[in-house]
Amino acid sequence: MEKGVTFHRFPFAPAPRDVREEYQRLLDEALGFKRVLDEDGEVVDEQLHPKLSPDELLELYTLMVRARVIDAWLLRLQRMGKVALHAPNKGQEATAVGVAKAMKPEDWLFPSYRELGAYIARGMSEEEILDRALNTKDDPLKGSDFAIYGNRKYNIVPAPVPVGNQIPHAVGAAMAAKILGDKIVTVTFFGDGSTSRGDFHAGLNFAGVFKSPVVFVIQNNQYAISVPVTRQTAAPTLAVKALAYGVPGKRIDGNDILVVYSVAKEAVERARNGGGPTLIETVTYRMGPHTTADDPSRYRNEEEVKAFERLDPLRRFKLYLDKQGVLTLREAEEIEKAWDSKVEEIIRRVLEKPGLPRDVFFHNVYSRMPWHLEEEYKEFEEQFEVAEELGLQLEE
Amino acid sequence: MNMVQALNQALREEMRRDERVVVLGEDVGRRGGVFLVTEGLIDEFGPDRVIDTPLTEMGIVGVAVGMAMYGLRPVAEIQFIDFVYEAFDQIVNNVAWVRFRSAGMYKTPMVIRGPCCGGIRGGMHHSQSPETYFMHTPGLYVVMPSTPKDAKGLLKASIRSDDPVIFLEPKVIYRRIREEVPEGDYIVPLGKGRLVKEGSDVTLVTWGAMVYQALEAAKHAEKRGWSIEIIDLRTLLPWDKDLVLESLEKTNRLVIVHEARRTLGPAAEISAYVSENHIDMLRGPVMRVASYDTPFPLAHEKLYMPNVARIYRAIREVMQW
Repeated sequence: MEKGVTFHRFPFAPAPRDVREEYQRLLDEALGFKRVLDEDGEVVDEQLHPKLSPDELLELYTLMVRARVIDAWLLRLQRMGKVALHAPNKGQEATAVGVAKAMKPEDWLFPSYRELGAYIARGMSEEEILDRALNTKDDPLKGSDFAIYGNRKYNIVPAPVPVGNQIPHAVGAAMAAKILGDKIVTVTFFGDGSTSRGDFHAGLNFAGVFKSPVVFVIQNNQYAISVPVTRQTAAPTLAVKALAYGVPGKRIDGNDILVVYSVAKEAVERARNGGGPTLIETVTYRMGPHTTADDPSRYRNEEEVKAFERLDPLRRFKLYLDKQGVLTLREAEEIEKAWDSKVEEIIRRVLEKPGLPRDVFFHNVYSRMPWHLEEEYKEFEEQFEVAEELGLQLEE
Repeated sequence: MNMVQALNQALREEMRRDERVVVLGEDVGRRGGVFLVTEGLIDEFGPDRVIDTPLTEMGIVGVAVGMAMYGLRPVAEIQFIDFVYEAFDQIVNNVAWVRFRSAGMYKTPMVIRGPCCGGIRGGMHHSQSPETYFMHTPGLYVVMPSTPKDAKGLLKASIRSDDPVIFLEPKVIYRRIREEVPEGDYIVPLGKGRLVKEGSDVTLVTWGAMVYQALEAAKHAEKRGWSIEIIDLRTLLPWDKDLVLESLEKTNRLVIVHEARRTLGPAAEISAYVSENHIDMLRGPVMRVASYDTPFPLAHEKLYMPNVARIYRAIREVMQW
């Protein structure tokens, strides 16, 4: 024991030299920008290249295609009035798929509402996504909310729509896993807007203090509805925010699936091996509207969207695969077409399914229905008799 | 004019009248708000008075408290009222209680407004009716208009109020109801309800979009010869006790309809008040028609919220007395 009062190092002393050196390195990563592929699919960073087999590369491509195809169909189904609301994913497939493929099945995912690629990569089928979106009798979330997906089968926790709420949940689950001695990692996705919320602060702070096995993925798609990221924060990058919590932050090209996979894999394994949390800012672009209820022409122009088409994650990866001889552009197109017709067929079948029972919302409120809800349930049943008596067709 | 336009007009006129009035929230500037309530305001008043904020309700409400204490009259938009809970600490402990804590030296003349309630297939986080939480918080006024005209008059009164106001806008009738709205200084005083329809057998107290369900149910009741009086409370805290009692003196029967959930909902308070103080005015039980005590569902929302059949059933019940 040292003599006298010992203080933690901050109050009077400057941070020691080794901390400063470490932070200089962390700062470089948080302020920098890493990519493996350039805009035209040329490899620009061999060191970060994940060195996957042709089959694995093909799988990554197929998963991105599947995400894009189901996304387009959900948009169409919303326009047809079949789906209540959809949050388009177009342009963000590389981050969702790349991160999810870096995880193990036993790891837990706490997504937001724009990660179709991650759900598919973890085993969710198009049919399940459609059951969910169309609230059929097989909807695994029983008509609870729109635009969210999840299933315990795949360790995907359905997202709370209030953005960022899931960030501390991912940290808590990671703390629990550590307490219980499970070697699993939790991963949470959220957007640039969520970094302004208290949940972000609390989550990052806890993860830093408790060295939790969690990976934070900020999908920086440039906009929180209409508000550009430059109005979200005065910090030069979002990744740099992590440093104040004692958590490393890395900034990468979110439209380059190879860098996403590599950096996510490293972060996930570091967390699994006791190295603590990492925050990854994937710089991407939301090519569609915020949701089907949004009108982006009010806040951004077409030229901007056009400029980002060159950075389209599918386009770049396709060019890369072609150059590598893994897949020709024509074969790539055939994969897209095949999935499109496959999904169309599934939709036809799913549209035939009956909906959820009309009393569905009385379930899963409590583990067992308390008396007051039972009484309300009786009143609920009576309304159908009353409606009949009045000759009323009740809207459902 | 619809409700969105009426609210926009109220904001514009108040901002012209009083330069201390500022608007802040997510997407309220260039986007004009997701429902366009603040459309065009940034063009007239600039980004210092129409402030696109970072995404945090806690921040929006928290800074509005500071602005209000310093002398501005902030109107904070909550994009969907379901997102207000992040700001709950600020609302309960600060918006409502700064005046008390500072013994009146500081005040928080501010409005927290936003779209509420169901009926648009919004699911559990775009459909809630949270008026109960706010009515339990001393220091706040709680308001919910049901027509474009009232929306304008109540918002103007709220902005001019020296006390903070929670202003809830039923989004399902944002564009559905149109009516003439008076230009200029049209004020609907806080705390005053509106007699929607006269009747002699049952007093039906309601507010927000439920006013229209109540009117439909009254038609069915009248086919059976029961005459229904409908009151739109408009301000829920403090509610217009005099208007309700005046009606009850005539009808002696009370049904209360709201979209908020039943347990401890506003109807519980109104019912308790009437039975505590005026049991002589009641022939039988006070009936409540409310949303069920479950989360707001995406599937079958129209069976979750009060509908014509359920309101009729309650009327039939009180008519047995």
